[in-house]
Amino acid sequence: MSIALLLEMAVSGDPDRLAVIDGESRLTTAELSALASGGAAVVADSGGQHVAYVGTGGVMLPALIFASARAAVPFTPLNYRLSTEGLHQLLDRLPSALVVADDDYVNMVAGAGKQVVRSGEFLAAARAADPVERFADPDDVGIVLFTSGTTSRPKAVELTHNNLTSYVTGTVEFASADPADAVLVCVPPYHIAGVGAALSNIYAGRKIVYLPRFDAREWVRLVGDEKVTTATVVPTMLDRIVAELEATPAELPSLRNLAYGGSKVGLPLVRKTMELLPNVGLVNAYGLTETSSTIAVLTPDDHRAAYAAEDELVARRLGSVGQPVPGIEVQIRSEDGSVLGPGETGELHVRGPQVSGRYTELGSVLDAEGWFPTRDVAMVDDDGYLFIGGRSDDTIIRGGENIAPAEIEDVLIEHPAVREVVVVGLDDPQWGQIIVAVVVPEQRSELHADDLQAFAHKVLRGSRTPDRIEIVDSLLTTDTGKVLRREIIRELSEKLRSAT
Amino acid sequence: MIKNGTRLQSQVCDTQVIVVRATDSLDDLRCGGEPMVTLDADKTPRADLDPALAGGSAMGKRYVDEGGAEVLVTKAGVGTLSIGGTPLSLKEAKPLPASD
Repeated sequence: MSIALLLEMAVSGDPDRLAVIDGESRLTTAELSALASGGAAVVADSGGQHVAYVGTGGVMLPALIFASARAAVPFTPLNYRLSTEGLHQLLDRLPSALVVADDDYVNMVAGAGKQVVRSGEFLAAARAADPVERFADPDDVGIVLFTSGTTSRPKAVELTHNNLTSYVTGTVEFASADPADAVLVCVPPYHIAGVGAALSNIYAGRKIVYLPRFDAREWVRLVGDEKVTTATVVPTMLDRIVAELEATPAELPSLRNLAYGGSKVGLPLVRKTMELLPNVGLVNAYGLTETSSTIAVLTPDDHRAAYAAEDELVARRLGSVGQPVPGIEVQIRSEDGSVLGPGETGELHVRGPQVSGRYTELGSVLDAEGWFPTRDVAMVDDDGYLFIGGRSDDTIIRGGENIAPAEIEDVLIEHPAVREVVVVGLDDPQWGQIIVAVVVPEQRSELHADDLQAFAHKVLRGSRTPDRIEIVDSLLTTDTGKVLRREIIRELSEKLRSAT
Repeated sequence: MIKNGTRLQSQVCDTQVIVVRATDSLDDLRCGGEPMVTLDADKTPRADLDPALAGGSAMGKRYVDEGGAEVLVTKAGVGTLSIGGTPLSLKEAKPLPASD
């Protein structure tokens, strides 16, 4: 099934429904569809075999997703915060691409040897063009996204039309949204959640309100003004929204669901959000670029049950990512590849029609039975709740013992004076690696390394208590809140080397 | 056997579907009593809409048979989807909270 059919169905269901709001711009499904067909003509005329976009998104994102689909060429939104050099390196990997760029980024992509058109010009040309519709094969690549490259060179993940539409039709009921429903989208266009939001909300019949440059105060204002009913944020955004609501309390009466994901959220922040917004249902969504967005969901009911539970097994689910979505199978495997049972920790493998596991240049990494190795450390409990323990690449080996940093981070984040924490392994002549906790303290609180080590020692075994505590002002993260562990390790190693 | 992703239309109403999960049974997929044909085929029904199979197909809903076949309605119509004379059943979806 092609991505284009999702929009076609939405138009067939209700052509006059308001579909997208972006500042002053408001489009119905029929208007979005007309823009996509005209955009397909602009793409076809350019001769481009791929469409790349550098910009902040908003209406440009659904317009380009569906224009590219109707022109039957793949589409790649790129990270507009990259340097000129970084952008050029990625554009070099997209041969014969037509580049659409917001005004602020046109100069950065001008020297990349590509055909460049400004976003405003693209929209104007699309409105004037005769509609074009070409039909992509459902197994053709519809979207290519570059991974953030926190551990290696960014990988180009290929998502086929079938991967993406399997995700949407498998997890979203067509036209299931109430006419008054509105989703506030502030995740960036180059993130899989941005692509997922455009596709699934148009299919659900839910009006999309875009906030292209995230700002907590503006987010709170838009929730009120546009009567937003659902929203999705990454952890750093949630942290700022909570801080904003603590400084300037607001009711947000229209908001029913607030989804968070993209990377791990510390439990104190989850609890604080639940206490601050008791009538809002929280949703933890776990997924990867390679799996076409969400593969497991912790629902609002799961959150409330875990929050109120006295049973330790239920209470700990507040830190889980919930249960797999329909169509997704999960397996936990040990290092030797054997399949593990409930309660045992290993590497998460997933399978299903929404899972791509395919990269440009590298090919597919699925095994013979179609399983994708996520490289995430995970455990499934007796009731099928999935717990994620960080990336397997981040595992610390201290004195021959394998230690998942997440296990220690989960303990340290509960200390009242700890605001953020990341645990890393540093090379050590005696132990192989030592455990270092890098901590951002809460404002106006005194944090002593000895206290924190004693706090950790009470819960963790001696070999898992951090050997060192480093107190810092902030953690290095990507724009979407992923902690840059490699960079932190490099900086710490240099600092310790120069100190000795 | 028909392939996943194949788009089919009814010959006696507006119904269109896309095959989500193909099985051999879909070779006898009908709508309103008449065989469904591909989107590019001409409509040449041998009979009018069968009044016994005029319950309609609902937009955006999934229909399944007992053998695991599944189709998604991409355009609604007045005919009933069936395998031979046996109507397909509506697949009930467990609602998930919005996460995108």
